[in-house]
Amino acid sequence: MIKVSKLSKAYGDTIVVDDVNLDLPRGGVTAIIGPNGAGKSTLLSMISRLLPMTAGSVTVGGLDVSKTLSGELAKRLSILRQDNHIAARLTVRDLVSFGRYPHSKGRLTVKDKEHIDRAIAYLNLEPLADRFIDEMSGGQRQRAYVAMVLAQDTEFVLLDEPLNNLDMKHAVEMMKLIRRAASETGRTIVLVLHDINFASCYADHIVVMRDGKLAYQGTPAEVVTPEIMRDVYEIDIKVHTIAGQLISVYYD
Amino acid sequence: MTDRSLFLLAVAVTLGLALLSLFIGVSSVSLAALFSEGPDSRAMQVLLISRIPRTIAILLSGVAMAVAGMIMQMLTRNRFVEPSTAGTVESASLGILAVTILTPSMPLIGKMVVASLFALGGTGLFLAILNRIQWKTVLIVPLVGLVLGGVISSIADFFAYRYDLLQTLSTWRNGDFSGVLRGRYELLWITAALTFVAYLAADRFTVAGMGEAFTTNLGLAYKRVMTLGLVIVSIVTAVIVVTVGIVPFLGLVVPNIVSMFVGDNMRRGLPWVALLGGFLVMLCDIAGRLVRFPYEIPVGTVMGVVGSVLFLYLLLSRRTSHG
Repeated sequence: MIKVSKLSKAYGDTIVVDDVNLDLPRGGVTAIIGPNGAGKSTLLSMISRLLPMTAGSVTVGGLDVSKTLSGELAKRLSILRQDNHIAARLTVRDLVSFGRYPHSKGRLTVKDKEHIDRAIAYLNLEPLADRFIDEMSGGQRQRAYVAMVLAQDTEFVLLDEPLNNLDMKHAVEMMKLIRRAASETGRTIVLVLHDINFASCYADHIVVMRDGKLAYQGTPAEVVTPEIMRDVYEIDIKVHTIAGQLISVYYD
Repeated sequence: MTDRSLFLLAVAVTLGLALLSLFIGVSSVSLAALFSEGPDSRAMQVLLISRIPRTIAILLSGVAMAVAGMIMQMLTRNRFVEPSTAGTVESASLGILAVTILTPSMPLIGKMVVASLFALGGTGLFLAILNRIQWKTVLIVPLVGLVLGGVISSIADFFAYRYDLLQTLSTWRNGDFSGVLRGRYELLWITAALTFVAYLAADRFTVAGMGEAFTTNLGLAYKRVMTLGLVIVSIVTAVIVVTVGIVPFLGLVVPNIVSMFVGDNMRRGLPWVALLGGFLVMLCDIAGRLVRFPYEIPVGTVMGVVGSVLFLYLLLSRRTSHG
């Protein structure tokens, strides 16, 4: 499980994440939602040791992220940030292969190659496997990055806005795939999402942040209510049950 | 043809060129003379004292400069950075100039160490400035390097002028192999060792080329990889500046050409970069020896012409491919 206690991040006088306590159970998909500037990405970056914390602590699967060797952590926890820009000309296969680096240190074994092939297949990237990522569309690149993170084969996977750059078809495919990865392999997947409907349809657990604080958390049914949504986003949001799913409507 | 046999063919061509280089020069050296006149002949002496060292020096420095350029491009994540567009070469020159003025009797290896430290400092300063720039476009990065290099080299110019060392300074900045003799180039073997280290660490550099977040995610210490790369580049630059002088454009052109065909995975690209670097310098040096025979044009000048044309081509072709 992921255990966040009294976690804060401040830049000078500006507090971005404010004293957050959070326990995420092992397995399943957790979505972190909230308005812009709520501290979602900052929280994810601190959990994944990409960003040093101002105060508090984080343990992932029992490992304290600020004390554990980065190389060890990389076998248990992976993170994909938003707005990735890789200038290097790498093929999809190269990129996904580097996902095995924490395990193989560059010497790929048969087992590593299996993981690589599986991740490429999982994201339907086989036809693009030998293409250079700098010659692909933003959506294809995004899928390649996710394949890399999946090849890393970690118990905990953190994704910051994985639906960035994806059209509706690929966004839905990506969420299904994330669901599948969580239920088939028992991974714990935590993602930041902008679209509350994606969160309510695909997540097991939703964490709502506002002004750097944890505002609400629970199952989609508990969290996606007109009252909570209005409270967090400060606009009128109606929640309808359509085909068994909670859909928020906020277009006036 | 497989990648492997293509590479071996390219190695054979380069070695063939190297062999040819042994027989090109003012003093005539021919196989017949070598065999008929025995080991103490003048031809054999020319071969052993001048031609073989020169050929080795060309290969070693070509390989090392191209690989140094590749490392710099990975670490700065910018295609247009190499030691001469990052203040590295200028800092190394300033370092040797300082030693030459302050402690002229210091042995060459000592000068090299000081030059390496200066190169490290200058390149570190370049990276520190980059860190503070918010608006980092592809061309701003090398421009910052060129400006920094200009400032450092003007400091060097000032002192060189005061101490009457301007001519010496220009030999460091413009590669020339005509002065290479046995006993005066062996320091270059250090660069071979460093190139080998770079190959061993190739995966790390490629990972660092993906940026800090990816590097950390894969469990590598970003700063440590950066430091390793900078140390390699600084020492290579310093050694080459001290021994034969820098060949411009090489570290820029070679990795860019290889990247177009092989990509930037360093484990795959580095052998090609090394080979093409050696080949290109060899070709330019032979051309420099032949164009105005019996006079020589320094390889730096030849490469300056060839390299700038190649570089313009790369710049323009890239722009069209990206719309």
